[in-house]
Amino acid sequence: MSPKQDKAAEPKFGFETRMIHAGAQPEPVTGARQTPIHQNTSYVFHDAEHAASLFNLQTFGFIYSRLTNPTVAVLEERIASLEDGRGGTCCASGHAAQLLAFFALMEPGDSFIASNRLYGGSITQFGKTFKKFDWRAKFVDVDDPQNVRDALTPDCKAIFVESLANPGGVVSDLEALSSIAKDAGIPLIVDNTMATPYLCRPIEWGADLVVHSTTKFLSGNGTSLGGCVVDSGNFDWAQNDKFPGLAGPEPAYHGLNFYETFGDMAFTTHAHAIGLRDLGSTMAPMNAFQTILGCETLALRMERHCENARKVAEFLEAHPAVAWVSCAALPSSPYHALAQKYLPKGAGAVFTFGVKGGYEAGTRVVENCEIFSHLANIGDARSLILHPASTTHRQLSEEQQQAAGAGPDVIRLSIGLETLEDLIADLDQAITAASR
Amino acid sequence: MSGKIDHDSYSDATLRNLLNSVKSVAVVGASPNWNRPSYFVMKYLQDKGYRILPVNPRAAGEEILGEKVYVSLAEIPDSFDMVDVFRNSEVAGAVTDEAIALKDERDIKAIWMQLTVRNDAAAARAEAAGLQVVMDRCPKIEFGRLNSELSWGGFNSKVISAKRRKVRIG
Ligand SMILES: Cc1ncc(COP(=O)(O)O)c(C=O)c1O
Repeated sequence: MSPKQDKAAEPKFGFETRMIHAGAQPEPVTGARQTPIHQNTSYVFHDAEHAASLFNLQTFGFIYSRLTNPTVAVLEERIASLEDGRGGTCCASGHAAQLLAFFALMEPGDSFIASNRLYGGSITQFGKTFKKFDWRAKFVDVDDPQNVRDALTPDCKAIFVESLANPGGVVSDLEALSSIAKDAGIPLIVDNTMATPYLCRPIEWGADLVVHSTTKFLSGNGTSLGGCVVDSGNFDWAQNDKFPGLAGPEPAYHGLNFYETFGDMAFTTHAHAIGLRDLGSTMAPMNAFQTILGCETLALRMERHCENARKVAEFLEAHPAVAWVSCAALPSSPYHALAQKYLPKGAGAVFTFGVKGGYEAGTRVVENCEIFSHLANIGDARSLILHPASTTHRQLSEEQQQAAGAGPDVIRLSIGLETLEDLIADLDQAITAASR
Repeated sequence: MSGKIDHDSYSDATLRNLLNSVKSVAVVGASPNWNRPSYFVMKYLQDKGYRILPVNPRAAGEEILGEKVYVSLAEIPDSFDMVDVFRNSEVAGAVTDEAIALKDERDIKAIWMQLTVRNDAAAARAEAAGLQVVMDRCPKIEFGRLNSELSWGGFNSKVISAKRRKVRIG
């Protein structure tokens, strides 16, 4: 069966309308307008026949919240709609989403290609923990597409990049990477956490799967861990024999072939019915609710995040005690042209800089801040500051740290929604005190 | 009627009206195997209150979901509102012609061709004969999508509404 996007003829609603309404009609029994928090594990069957149909995946409905939950489902449809995908699968964290995405594609002994400039936690998950499943990550510098072509092997099942990489303002050339993936008959997976679908929609550039840490900008207030895998519905899982999990007989469902039976809904059905069922990395309904609230204001927040970040970056670039700034919003960035193509509304809120005086001066800047919180997260309404080499990127070798833009003198900022002048004043006093 | 029907995109209202007006569906290419796509669709539609009438010469005489399996559309003794085609695009042409020939006798109103099945010439003949045609879609997916059930699985239904749906006794 060839993949098929749902071809509704209705007018396509705008991004802001969908960030508030997609997936959430008024609750039909009570009329409740805001999405109820279904703090509930299990769902009553009408009768034995209904139960059997649900377990056979022959009808839509809820069985047990490890697989699906009505509150989580609203968030799944919301994110899928914002990314213009076919379906979404939410799970406990961004790392759970990455595991869930690969779980459907990989067999022991398979490999995949990943950018060597990923978020440090992803490099560790792929390079160390995935090894235990005999999944082999090959890290390459994807800035030159030829490196990706050279790294392709017959056992390679996917290409994984970040649209905008954490921490250093690195932008991936999604169009070029997607054409390499298409030629190889494998999906392009894009971590769109830092950009969010407001700034970049990877599926429009040919990505097949999009993963999110919803912990960051989508929830937006630093309240809730969460992740999501969005399937574009565009990938033909039967074009070769690389994906038996999706296009072959599934032993856990008596030989059911997911792609033949569910067509462009195969990946999302598989991610719930097998992925979440057996990996168990379910999103909690309360976290889904918090993240639904976050999505409602995404566009407004991202505009201010980006504006504040660009102005802070400009301030730092002109500061006499600052050695360098790496932010794709600045014309000085080697990724500025790619940012204008893929992130025309703004280059995100996370970037890095270094102060003169290296590691010692850098740690003093972090400690001197009053308004910036020293913690390991991004995408909060609050401004955040961190020294990646000693924290988020600590598990990496120095060479990997350098490649990931997290060398010893690097400071990472996640710019929040506070008054711009206060943020600039705080950094100014912290840098000045540190350089004394 | 003004202009040709656009078979690349059907409005939600078109699909909703059709699915709401139909009560019985002859399913051509109906499989008796529980894990085949046609079985999934029949089971779902039957559960939603549609009468399904399976057609499959290779399973003739058997029962699927409690309904007798017929050799052909012509063999079905009762009237039926819609034909749902689980055969390839070429065979769908012959099935359409059979339905056109039977349309007055059996009161047939519509022909539905499943995902990936599309035969524009057959559709034009059916429409000229007064039948409504939907192609390259699945009635289970569309019913589920328009009634919020598809959303339960995390799918993008593209339906946005602030209206409160009526819940009826049933
Ligand atoms: C770009 C990116 N991807 C993935 C993750 C992992 O997400 P989580 O912490 O929700 O598991 C993070 C955050 O730590 C991240 O910044």
